Order: sequence, then C-alpha cells, then structure tokens
Amino acid sequence: MITFLLNNELIETEQKAGMTLLDFVRYNRRKKGSKIGCREGDCGACTVLVGTLQQDGQVSYRSITSCISPLGNANGKHIVTIEGTNLDGKLSRAQQAMYDNYATQCGFCTPGFVVSLTGYCLRETIPTKEGILDAISGNICRCTGYKSIERAAEQLYQELLLPSSNGRQSHLIAKGFIPEYFATIPERLAKIKDNDAPRGKETPVAGGTDLYVRHADRLTEEAVSLFQAQHLGGITIKNGLCTIGAGVTATEFMEHPDMNLAFPNLRQHLLLLSSEPIRNMASLAGNFVNASPIGDMSIFFLALDAQLQIENKEGKQRVLPFRSFYKTYKVYDLQEGEFIRSFSFKLPTAAQHFNFEKVCKRQHLDIASVNSAALITLEDDRIADIHCALGGVAAIPLYLEKTCQFLKGSDISPKSIAAANDVLQSEISPISDVRGSADYKRLLARQLFFAHFLQHFPNQVSLSALTS
Amino acid sequence: METKSKTQKKQRPTLPNIDSFTHVRGQSLFVDDMTLQEGTLHAAIIGSTIAHGYITQIDYAEAEKLAGVIKIFTANDIRGENQIGGIIPDEPLFAEKDIHFWGQPIGMIIAESDFIARKARSLVKIQYEELPVITTAKEAKDKGQFVAGSRTFQLGDCEQAFKNCEYIFEGETFSNGQEHLYLETQGAYAVPMENGNIKITSSTQGPTAVQRTAARVLGIPMHKIEVEVIRLGGGFGGKEDQATPWAVMAALATQVLNQPVKLVLNRHDDLHMTGKRHPYESSFKIGLNKELKIMAYQAEFLQNAGAAADLSPAIAERTLFHSTNAYFVPNVQTSVYQCKTNLPPNTAFRGFGGPQGMYVIESAIALAAREIGVPAHRIQEINLLQEGDEFSYGQIAKQVEAQNSWQKAKQSYQLQKLEEEVAAFNKQNDQLKKGLALMPIAFGISFTNTRMNHARALVHIYEDGSVGISTAAVEMGQGVNTKMLQIASEQFGLPLHKVKLEPTNTTRVANTSPSAASATADLNGKALQRACKVLKARLCLAASQHLNIDASDAEFHNEQVLIKDKPLSLDWYQLVTEALNQRICLSENSHYATPEIHFDKGEEKGHPFAYHVYGTAIITCTLDCIRGRYNIDAVQIVHDYGQSMNEGIDLGQVEGGLAQGIGWMTMEEIAYGADGRLHSNALSTYKVPDLFSTPDILDTIALDSLGHEMAIKKSKAVGEPPLMYGIGVYFAIQNAISAFNPKYTPQFNSPMTPEKALMSLYEK
Ligand SMILES: Cc1cc2nc3c(=O)[nH]c(=O)nc-3n(C[C@H](O)[C@H](O)[C@H](O)COP(=O)(O)OP(=O)(O)OC[C@H]3O[C@@H](n4cnc5c(N)ncnc54)[C@H](O)[C@@H]3O)c2cc1C
Ligand code: FES
Ligand code: FES
Repeated sequence: MITFLLNNELIETEQKAGMTLLDFVRYNRRKKGSKIGCREGDCGACTVLVGTLQQDGQVSYRSITSCISPLGNANGKHIVTIEGTNLDGKLSRAQQAMYDNYATQCGFCTPGFVVSLTGYCLRETIPTKEGILDAISGNICRCTGYKSIERAAEQLYQELLLPSSNGRQSHLIAKGFIPEYFATIPERLAKIKDNDAPRGKETPVAGGTDLYVRHADRLTEEAVSLFQAQHLGGITIKNGLCTIGAGVTATEFMEHPDMNLAFPNLRQHLLLLSSEPIRNMASLAGNFVNASPIGDMSIFFLALDAQLQIENKEGKQRVLPFRSFYKTYKVYDLQEGEFIRSFSFKLPTAAQHFNFEKVCKRQHLDIASVNSAALITLEDDRIADIHCALGGVAAIPLYLEKTCQFLKGSDISPKSIAAANDVLQSEISPISDVRGSADYKRLLARQLFFAHFLQHFPNQVSLSALTS
Repeated sequence: METKSKTQKKQRPTLPNIDSFTHVRGQSLFVDDMTLQEGTLHAAIIGSTIAHGYITQIDYAEAEKLAGVIKIFTANDIRGENQIGGIIPDEPLFAEKDIHFWGQPIGMIIAESDFIARKARSLVKIQYEELPVITTAKEAKDKGQFVAGSRTFQLGDCEQAFKNCEYIFEGETFSNGQEHLYLETQGAYAVPMENGNIKITSSTQGPTAVQRTAARVLGIPMHKIEVEVIRLGGGFGGKEDQATPWAVMAALATQVLNQPVKLVLNRHDDLHMTGKRHPYESSFKIGLNKELKIMAYQAEFLQNAGAAADLSPAIAERTLFHSTNAYFVPNVQTSVYQCKTNLPPNTAFRGFGGPQGMYVIESAIALAAREIGVPAHRIQEINLLQEGDEFSYGQIAKQVEAQNSWQKAKQSYQLQKLEEEVAAFNKQNDQLKKGLALMPIAFGISFTNTRMNHARALVHIYEDGSVGISTAAVEMGQGVNTKMLQIASEQFGLPLHKVKLEPTNTTRVANTSPSAASATADLNGKALQRACKVLKARLCLAASQHLNIDASDAEFHNEQVLIKDKPLSLDWYQLVTEALNQRICLSENSHYATPEIHFDKGEEKGHPFAYHVYGTAIITCTLDCIRGRYNIDAVQIVHDYGQSMNEGIDLGQVEGGLAQGIGWMTMEEIAYGADGRLHSNALSTYKVPDLFSTPDILDTIALDSLGHEMAIKKSKAVGEPPLMYGIGVYFAIQNAISAFNPKYTPQFNSPMTPEKALMSLYEK
C-alpha cells in the first residue's frame, strides 16, 4: 500500500507504484488543476510539490513534474497540487500576484506556475530575485512571453521580503501564502509509518526522469522498485575524498555547502542542467546509467575522475573507475542485478581549476549539443595533470584520453592548446542529428575546449590567438 | 545569471482578465478536464508511418482481440463524405489507400480506456508501398506539384523601374516553419443526444467549421450537431482548421456507437499529425535609387503547403499583402506558389503568412544596406509608408502611423546613443559582440476573404436584471471574454458580476467565422455593442412609457438610469421588471459586417483591410563569440494600440506575440527527415522560448494615435502584429556576427540557431 497526504487528505492506495503521480491525481482523485502539456517533464504544467518530513520536524517542500514521477515515490510524503494551495474564497499571495499582473492568458500553464511559486515561498527563507525565477525555470508558457509572469514573481518576491513575525510557517499562513491546514502536516506525516513502498523486482527507478520519458506506458503496469526508498543518499567528505550516494539528486548536490566551497561556480553550472523540478527528482547515478552521450553529470564527474562503488544483490561490492564504465552506445559495465551504491572523487584543491561548459539550442532546460568539463592541475605554470570530458561527440560520454595525455607537462599557450585541439579532433566522431550537424559539433567541441582555458587563464590565451 | 525582470511597469490599471480567477486556482475547465459521462469511451488515432505511398495491407486482428477494445474505425465507417478540406476539398478524414504525409490518420481505435486504445494501436500492422517523398517547396515546384494556382500582385512596372535603379540586389531566403505548441493539445468530447443529435465540446477556434465538417462526414444536417467551446489552452491559428478532424472523429464514433467518446491527442501525436507555420523558400530582387529609395521590388515566394490545401491559399494571399511590410514601393511584383509536399498540411499561425512575406523584404534591405555600406535602418526609414501611399493591392494607406511610431521609437529610446554604445562595446570586446536592428511593422486587419468579416452577438437580460452574453468569439488566452464583458457592462452600467459570458456555442450564435485574423474583438464587439444599444433603446421606451417622459436618451450607470446625469425613479432592476410588465423583448441577436472592405481576386486589387496596425521595435543583442550563444538585451517598442480598451490585456498580446516571433527567428527549428518524418517531435527536441530566452529589457510605449472607427472602441486589433517585431532579432544577431567576422557573408536562413551563429562566426 502507498500512503501519503494529498493536499489535506490521507491517501492509502493499492494502485501500482509505477503509475505516474499525475495520472493518479488527475484521473483517480479527479484533481484536474494539474495539466498535461507533454508528459515528459518539459513543460511544467503538471507541477506539484513534494513535502518531506525532516529530522527537525519541519517539512521541506520541492517542486516536481508529476507526469514523470512514479506514484510510489509519493509514499510517506505530502503532495500538494494547485487545489491544495487554494484558500477559501480568496486568492493566495502567489495567485494574487499572477492575477494582478495579467500573468494568465489561456491559463493552461498557470497552475504549474502558481505551484512552483508557492513552493518557493514555502522553502526560501532568504528570497532572491534570481531564486524566484529559477523556481519557475521548468514552466513553459506559450502565451504571455513571460514578462507579466516576471512582474508577478517580482511582486511576490517583495511580499516575501516583508519581515516575518513569529514562526515562518505561521507567518505564511497568516499572510495568505498557504492555507491553514499546512500547520497540521508535520504531525500527520510523522504518523505515516515508514513502511517502504512496495518493492517490485522489475525496472529499478530512481527519480524516474529518464525512464518515464521513454517507458511511461510500460512502467504504469509495473510494480517498479524504487531506489529512493532504499536510502542511497548522503554526501560525505573524508580526507579530501568526497563520496556521494547514488540517490543524491542534482538539487542536493547543487545546494550542499561543501560542494559549493569546492566548486565556486557550481550553481551556474548546475543551473544549466534541466530545470528546478527535474533537478529535484533526478539522481546523479541515474544520469550516469541513463548513459546518454550528452549526460551533463556524466561529463562533470568524468572530468573529476570519479570511482563508482557497484554492489550486487548479495551485497558484494566492487570499485570501477568511471572512465571505464561506458562501452558503446548505451552499453555500460553493470551486470544483471548490480546497482551503483555511491561514487567518490577527490575534491579539487587550490592548484586545480575546474570548469563546465554546455551549449544547446535553448540555454536552459535543454539537452546539450556539446558539453564539456575539465579539471586542470597546474604546477609551475605547467599542466601537471588534466582530465577533460566531452559529450555529444561520440556514442558515449567521452573521456579525452589522448588529449589529456598530450597536454600533460605542456605549458598554457595558444600554440599548445591549439595543438591539443588537433588531438581532440582526432579523438571525436560526432554525428549529425537534431542537436546539430557533425561539423557544428566539431567546431563547438573546439570552442568549449578553448573555453576552459579562456575561463581560467585569460592572461595566457585569448580567443583571437586561439582561433586565428 | 542576470536578472531579467527589468521590464518597466507602464500599464494603467485596467480591468483584470476575468478568466484569471479560476485560472490561478486550477479551476478553469479545458476539454480534458470535463467530467465524463457514464460509458465514455476513449480514442487513439492510427497514423501512417510513411510519408508517401499507399497502404497494401492492414492487419487489425491482434488489436481487436485486446480486452477493452470496442471498435476500430476506418474510412469504411463513414456514413457521409470522407472529406474535411475547408477551402478546397482535397483532404480525407481517414486515408483510404493513398498516404500523403507521415502521421496521416488511417483509422481510430475506440476502447474503454485511453491506455488500452494506445496499447491496441501498437498492435496494428500496416504494410505500405512507398513512393518518393517531397519535403521542400522547391522540389515540389520543380515537379509541378501544387495545392492551388499561383497568385501575383503587381503595382507599377518593375522591369522599367529596375532600368533606372542605382543599386540592384538579388538574393534567396528561407524561413522555417513553426510549431504552435499550444500548451493544451488538440481534443474533443462528443456526447450523443436524442434522435441522433450530437453535442461536441471541442478545443477549436472555429466552432462552425467543426459543425459543418462533422455534418458533412457524418452525413447529417448541421442542426443535428451542436458545438460548444469553453476555452482553449492556446490556439495561435493551430486550432483554426486543424481542431476539426479530431472533433469529427469523436463525433463519428459517437454516431456509430451511441456512446460518449473522448479524443485528446497526446503531445507526440499532436506534433506528428498536425500542420505548422508554412516554411517559405523565397527569392527577391530589390532596386534602389541614389537616395536609397526602393524603386522596385520583386519577390517569388515558394510556400511549403504540405500535403493538402487546408488554409494555404488564404495564407499565401496574406504573404503578398504584406510583402512590402511598412514601406512604400512604387513598383512591385510579387508571386506566390503553393507547393504540395509530403508534410502534414501546414496551416494558420499568428501572422498568417504575413511574417514570411515581411522577412523577405527585411532580408533584401539588410543585404542592400550591407552592400551599399549604410545601416539598414537608414534604408528602412527613408522608405516608410506615408499617408495616401498605395499598397501593391490597390488599397490607399490611411491614418498611417509608420513614421510616427518610428520617430517616437528613435527619440524615446535614443537610437543614436544606443548605436554609439554598441559600437563602443564592440571595439572594447573581442569575445562578446553586440548587434542592433530596427523592425517596423504594418499589418492589415480583417479576414482577407471579405465574406468572413461578420459576427453576431446574442444578449439576454434576465428578469432579475442579470445579463448573459453569447458571441462567436472563442477565448484562447487573448482576453476576448474580458473585452466583451467590458463592453456589455459599460453599455448597461452594470457591475461585472451581473454580466456573464457564455461558452461559445453554435446553437446560440450560428454560421460564425473562426476566432482569427486578430479581428475577433472588433467583429464580435461591434455586434455586441449593437445588441446592447438595441436593448437599451427598448428599455428607454419602457421608461418613457412608464414615467410618461421622454427617456429616449437616458444613460445607464452604476445600476441607475440617468437623464442628464440625474437618476430616474426606476433603477436598472426596476426598469427591467417594468419592461417585462410591458411585454417588451429583452433578448437581442445583433449582426455586424465590416463596411467598406472588398477585394477583387481577378484584378488582385481592392480594399481588403478595415485598417492597419503600425509599430516599431528596436532590438539589441549580445553574442558570445566563443560559444555562439546570444542574449537579447532589449526590445524597445512603440506600438499603435489606437485607444487601447484594456492595456493590461493588450500589453500581454504584445509581449506574448513578440516571444513567439523571437522563437520563430531563433530557436524554433522544425526538422523533417528526407523520409518526411518529423525529428523535432517532442518538447525535448523542439524548443520554444522559456523564461530566460526573453529580452532582459522589454519596453512597450503606446503610440498616442486616434485608433480607428472600425476598431472596437477605437482599440486596434493586437493579436498578430507584435509577433513580427521578432523578425528584427534575426538581423540584430546577424549584425553582431558581422562585427566579429568580417568574412561573414550574410545568409537569410532562419531561424538563427546557436549552431548557425557559431558556424557564421567562424566562416572563412
Ligand atoms: C525535462 C528533462 C530535462 C532533462 N535535462 C537534462 C539535462 O539537461 N542534462 C542531462 O544530463 N540530463 C537531462 N535529463 C535526463 C535525466 O534527468 C537525467 O539523466 C537524470 O539524472 C536521471 O536520473 P533519475 O534518477 O531520474 O533516473 P531514472 O529515470 O530513475 O533512471 C535512469 C536509469 O538509471 C538506472 N538507475 C538509476 N539509479 C541507479 C543506480 N543507483 N544504480 C544503477 N542503475 C540506476 C535506472 O534503472 C534507469 O535505467 C532530463 C530529463 C528530463 C525529463
Ligand atoms: S506534463 Fe509537461 S512537464 Fe509534466
Ligand atoms: S497562459 Fe497559455 S500557456 Fe501560459
């Protein structure tokens, strides 16, 4: 049985765990406010909030796209749909802001925006203008051109800035950001026993953001087994070695204080990965096993030369360098019954320079045409060591073995970087597809490779020197 | 990341969108949200998996065996005509043998659930004999494949004029199609009534088109079919004609099975099976004199119509109407060929062929400017329309705001300073370059098919004084409901909650034109105004009778009836009661047909438009020359709203239209394979603008213009024109590329994707 709170109501259902949360909400519970625009996580019309009870007794809320989220992942959570944000007879603050600013036209995208904005109000103790826009980065609107929605977000942001008197949640309730019943949720969630959602033996699902896009119809009929329920979370650091649980989501990674210390540009980099609701669901290991040649996190951690901890059904573990994980297109070194438990990598030191680059047709919420990451270790102005990975240029996320080898010991000058590009070009074999022609990808690969050096060593190399 | 909320707040407080309250609470109803009747069945459409050829064999056996499958429909189940073509009868509802595009409906599975219907669909086995596939207009033209005859507009004598030109340039352009991506996919719900009558709730811009076509296919008279539209989750032209087949299919299944049937396309089917904005392959020849006046302009437009005519003939015509945009050119010769290809029939999309026409002349001007060595805006400005100029189709330009909006934009946004800033920036930066471009627009308002310019409104005053309104207008986000309500509540002097707008329904308002051509508020609003006035006159008569005074010019305000600002002893509610006591009819159905307009298709001359909408946009962008990515820094607009009746709503149309124009010109790239299969077949591969793709700064200043008598309350139509400001973005990026790469030879091949930008930056 799957047990959770849906808005103000306790749900105990025998439905299959693989059914999408959206179908359950819309057709089983007839809450039609969550709309269907794509069923692929790409439009945000189906956005709902997931509240998770924390150790401190508070409930933390995140937005997700319910169309690619398995019902089983709702187990033990508070799910909030647009209906669950409605107040009696008047509008909530987020709704009022949308209303006041003509931020609704056809209205089909609107519930998704309101839910995302409400989620931001619930979560953010120190609101920022950037943050509130990121919160709606997964919501597509075809009518308004977004400006009116930005004005609504601005209005809401100003209201959030007003000093809160007592506890944050009671403040939000008193000021009409959320309905009153939210006050009762922590207690009610605590009563739901952690009975672990049913664990089937078929397809293992983590966030589901990859699987559900491709196989929703099949998974709907399955009692999928859920990795999230298996507690593969956690980020730990020991002697400069960072270990990340396979279930850690992109958001958890991006918001972790130690990770932000280790990667000063982490936020900018991770904002290029899908959208906020997708990052809230997507696990890092899911990105690895998705095995897309342009998987952003695969590229990111290839450049960090990560090691995978792989475990089989009997609990036996083995360690595999991430570099040797991928074989050919969508074929990787994972035996039947094996799964990734965690992975680890050395945190970059002061002498190391890390950079991540991604170019796609649309800068946000899009899959890369080419992406790249590099970790460069300098000693006496020379490249002591370098790990560079490139996506979208081969059948697998590519670790640039030869290029890295070539650069070891080299200086950083236009000449040597340009020469390294020649090696790089011999290592890649891009194909023409909907994300760009092979020629374009070759050029882009060169440019992003150069970008790593332009980013970190502007005094040694310039764009004109590199490309002339 | 930069914050992007610098947009200035300029609108005056106006009536909020009346649909917004339920929108923000998730309580607005769309087709897929309707409460289903007992016994409702679900449909999935079987689409072709080749683009051209014929069916040799179909095996439904396995699909039929699946538990829960009720019936599989094909052309054989049609009792009337298997024909849905609107302008030209050239499109079957279900393919019988011949296949003309990938995704073409072949049959329909009706099952107990939508899940079962889809599963059954995957069990259908179809064999085909394939024929060569044509995907480009050029190839179709070479092979003589057209959906209709070509058209030519002519003014003056081009041949002669070119002889006297100082400069002559020729070039070719391509503008890609555009997926509507209304967020709500196509859908309909058909319910059987008694006596074989059927009620269809459809997400359509054209309820009458649905009714007419359903009647034709089902083989029953139109009065047996009632079509209702609550609202659309976006239309943009994509639901003008192409909402029809799905509604007809649902109705067909209902007719045969006598059970309710729901058919909502999933996104993949919608993308594969429906047409888009027409791609155009065009060529031009432009001639200028020494003073940079355009003396002659020739263009040949190859419209990629797809596999059937759909609305292509009307769209082709509008391309010609707008081929000289906001410029006066004394000698013009433009032709359009409607080329038949193996793509889904392309269809209406905001601008309706106009943007495609304008893109070509803007390309011609950009090329001329570059070759002559002047900024394009010099040429643009010199050639702007003046009062009394003749368009190539014979209409004389009146109340022209081209110069006004241009000059106001130049001054308000300090064009010269902007140009200097761009130049200075480009001098200082080698990794980033800025580009600037201007885009004037002139867009004609009316259906170019004169007979479609009419509408009706039905108004009931109920005995308690509350009011119900029906018009032919379909609410799809453009805010027409709010505008209608504004008109009625103002006319009657009633608070908004006393006036209700009914869903659009063919039994209340019949024989309607679709909500399209930006003209919906004008046509329906004028009809509504008339109905209100007739009813007011009757109420005045009742008041005169009752009070024994002359109340014929009484006014209605705040639920009061006033003569010379003094309230009568009867308020609105009492007057309504009194009128009913006097047995006066308090319902009115009024009709409006746009006066003056006409067009002769033989001569290709006339006066097809009620009026034109003008405006000017200044666009600046920054190009990242390492990565080929660009950012739109600012779009600064002066727009001719006339006397806007709701600035909040009208500004929304400007901003939303612009975003679509930007999308069309930058990232929205439709990709078909050589086999006619759509590759950009999901939201992950077809990208529309998101929050971060909009300009950092978007300013819109209203041009202080008089408006036009034929515009409702002198508030000019605003739906389509602003899309075309987006065209300027293409040229702004092009200018940034030129600033980086002197060897770049401009190509006019939109959209300007990051791929094209990067390739151009490093072109040798
Ligand atoms: C709208 C949208 C946008 C996206 N944008 C991006 C993007 O910008 N960049 C990008 O790289 N990706 C993107 N993706 C792809 C996807 O989000 C990522 O690949 C994500 O990290 C997958 O994680 P998940 O937990 O959701 O995986 P799931 O779908 O749950 O699983 C993916 C695969 O991994 C397997 N798996 C999961 N966990 C484990 C484990 N611990 N051990 C072994 N196997 C496991 C599953 O069985 C499955 O085969 C996007 C997806 C969507 C829907
Ligand atoms: S329906 Fe589009 S994201 Fe869920
Ligand atoms: S209001 Fe129509 S999609 Fe946003």
